[in-house]
Amino acid sequence: MDFLSALINGLSSGGTYAIIALGYTMVYGIAKMLNFAHGDVIMVGGYTMFLTLMALGHPLVALAAATVFCVILGVTIERLAYRPLRGASPLAVLITAIGVSFLLQSLAQIIFGSSPKMLVQLQISGGITLGALSIDYSTLLTLAVTAVVMVVLSLFVKYSKTGRAMVAVSEDRDAALLMGVNTNAIIAITFAIGSALAAIAGYLMLCKAPSLSNTMGAMPGIKAFTAAVIGGIGSIPGAMLGGILLGVVESISYSVPALAPFTDAVEFSILILVLLVRPSGILGKMRREKV
Amino acid sequence: MADLKKNPFVAEDGREIVLKADHLCIQFGGLKAVDDVNLSIRRGELYGLIGPNGAGKTTVFNLLTGVYKPTSGRFFLCGKDLTGKAPAEINRCGIARTFQNIRLFGNLTVAENVMVGLGNQIPCSLFESMFRLPRHFKAEAEYRKKAMELLEVFHLAEYADHLAQNLPYGKQRKLEIARAMATNPTLLLLDEPAAGMNPNETQELMDVISFIRQRFGITILLIEHDMRLVSGICEQLTVLNFGTELAKGDTASVLNDPNVIKAYIGE
Amino acid sequence: MRHSKSFYIKNYLNYAIILVVLIVFTVLSLTGSAKLSTLLLLEKIAISVILSVSLCMVVGFLGELSLGHAGFMCAGAFLGGKASALLEPVLGNGILTLVISMLVGGFIAALFGVIIGLPALRLRGDYLAIVTLAFGEIIRSLVMNAPTSWFGGTLGLPTPKFNSKYLFIVAFLMVLACLAVTQNLIRSKHGRAIASIRDNEIAARASGVDVTKYKLFVFTVSAFFAGIAGVLYSYTQTRVQSVNFDYNYSIEILVMVVLGGLGSINGSIIAAVLITFLDVELQTLLPGDLAVLQDLFYALILIVIVIYKNAPGLKSFRERYNLRKLLIGRFAAAADAQSSTDSVSGKEEE
Repeated sequence: MDFLSALINGLSSGGTYAIIALGYTMVYGIAKMLNFAHGDVIMVGGYTMFLTLMALGHPLVALAAATVFCVILGVTIERLAYRPLRGASPLAVLITAIGVSFLLQSLAQIIFGSSPKMLVQLQISGGITLGALSIDYSTLLTLAVTAVVMVVLSLFVKYSKTGRAMVAVSEDRDAALLMGVNTNAIIAITFAIGSALAAIAGYLMLCKAPSLSNTMGAMPGIKAFTAAVIGGIGSIPGAMLGGILLGVVESISYSVPALAPFTDAVEFSILILVLLVRPSGILGKMRREKV
Repeated sequence: MADLKKNPFVAEDGREIVLKADHLCIQFGGLKAVDDVNLSIRRGELYGLIGPNGAGKTTVFNLLTGVYKPTSGRFFLCGKDLTGKAPAEINRCGIARTFQNIRLFGNLTVAENVMVGLGNQIPCSLFESMFRLPRHFKAEAEYRKKAMELLEVFHLAEYADHLAQNLPYGKQRKLEIARAMATNPTLLLLDEPAAGMNPNETQELMDVISFIRQRFGITILLIEHDMRLVSGICEQLTVLNFGTELAKGDTASVLNDPNVIKAYIGE
Repeated sequence: MRHSKSFYIKNYLNYAIILVVLIVFTVLSLTGSAKLSTLLLLEKIAISVILSVSLCMVVGFLGELSLGHAGFMCAGAFLGGKASALLEPVLGNGILTLVISMLVGGFIAALFGVIIGLPALRLRGDYLAIVTLAFGEIIRSLVMNAPTSWFGGTLGLPTPKFNSKYLFIVAFLMVLACLAVTQNLIRSKHGRAIASIRDNEIAARASGVDVTKYKLFVFTVSAFFAGIAGVLYSYTQTRVQSVNFDYNYSIEILVMVVLGGLGSINGSIIAAVLITFLDVELQTLLPGDLAVLQDLFYALILIVIVIYKNAPGLKSFRERYNLRKLLIGRFAAAADAQSSTDSVSGKEEE
């Protein structure tokens, strides 16, 4: 039964990772860059919720405000920091993204201080009990939201005109441009979707553990990126698979006393092992450099 | 009387066969990109590999330089089996190449590009360099001298200290050949050396190719679309189409082969 | 080969400056007129310089992005620190203990460098960045959660002391060693081979360059010096704690290398000195949460400089207003023009 509850918790935290990983993987697939600042967008969403809650008090209003603000932030970052570097070396883009990450973290610390804020209004306590198994409501909510996000996003990419344009840009940006796709707009939309997902992920995280600080998004961000890479970066099903896999491994590792302190090490080791066997991740496409 | 135990690396006219490729095949997924290609190139020969776009010419180069491993088939340089070896090892065994899309070391100078090509011809270990033992200085001077000699041949000496990325296109192509020659190859593979060149530059390139053949006695296999260049300097040709051999033989007869004309111009 | 005067100025000036600083402060320290806080600052600067120069080798010359440099430093600090703790009762806390533990820390970090170099053979770019980051975090997590009797757990490992008046001398000698090895390596045929891998790996292989050997070697040497920096760091602390070696620290070292201008050893040195100096000085000037203003400033500088130097849209602007020439003036431009004639061994900049 311990194992089963660890599994369910793992699915839930894996769901959160998957939602964040979707942001990384879509941006990577379409803009071909690692948006190191993605995790910090979660944190900005958290502070937006904090401010909205103080002013208006309703969690769902707070979530809506955070989503809107994160979308604006994501698109602005793309416009100001990343778009000028389109066509520059990947190293330059990655370093800029690291800079943006630091910028957001230090701005948040300057504005809100370094002591964590407690957002108890967001916390969802209690749960249901099935025999010896008890499941938190927040876990159930996370599972439900993850499932909805996955289905909606998959349908969007597959059937909407914008979604198909996204696939086209990720396959070949120049060709898509020649076919009349406005690649800049598509990339901006991708950042918008990723940032909205980050806000949702932030909400889910705060439902479980309502402590908010300026580094709240950093480690989950890195873990989610790890998940995206494990699943095969650029692949939407890969991000889901990687996220769930990482969440389950994390949760099971926590539940084993001897492994618990080494959970981070276990997760990162999985990344290295997967990449050694499959350098493009589980579902990633091998991209051979054309000679 | 037919000699039944004939050496496979000697041609019928008694000349040595430098490159022998037997039944080379490579498959990507379900697609046979190169299917049963055989080559035998004699020492000193200038051999052309032609064919329509997507015929698998560059893939053959990639097989011969170890970028891809053949699904089946083998190839030999001067009788030595090089199948499955890594690119760097194949280069050290004596096959050098240039690339269709120029690949220079852009942030190194022209001279340094050639010096990288010279590789380990002048011995000096990591240890000797790190601790500046006398051999390091001797080796560096020697490298510079050799590189300058080679650059003279290619009329690039005056650009020796320019960054490679700042050279004009035609000179970049020449530098790539110079770098390949620096590795002291037995066989030189040139992948569309005249691509993007105007007629004057093409003529100059043909002169350079003839000159290095005379001067270094090197064997050359080249891919080209420019028919003037092909008919002007190639002695033997193989025509590829859809990964298979369409025709082979001496240049004049191959170019008049109705199948070849059909593949190029259509019915 | 004959070299012009500007060649020697350009290539050996950095050794000379470091030596002069070393001698001046040794005299001050011997006469007792140097404050201990100044000496501590010098030690910190030396550690940063070693870290940035050794990372510059990987990022600037091999062209691989490593986000795990703090992990190597962590391995050096804890294993070297452990070695010195074990040696102290036997050998005392003199130079011998320090040297042996630096070697232990360096070689163990180098071993980790080999291990991390192995995936570097198969992975590139962003993938390698995340793997090196993961490696650094793994090392940190292992050290932190190992039995308390090994590395002190979360409290940290208590470290032995060296005469605080002279520790900076050892640190500066290590800077010189690191600089010499890096610079000699880069300005040799091996350095050209390494740079050729950065510029075009496929062409490097086709030109006979042993990519495997060079990649492993660069990662190993770079990790070795990071390990030594770690041991020196452990000597400046009362306890080494693994929290100080998280990936943010790796990124801070990367910031030094990038601000110094990727691929410029002297730039890395200057950036390391400036950032460390500001770090230490601003800590006292900006109390509490304001200290983070400094991070904000770094972040902005990093973004602006990278965009300025790399944005394709700013190319013509950059060519018209060369920042370096504007800053250093006509002297540098003239020296550049002259030194381009001896670029064989001096062209690693730009």
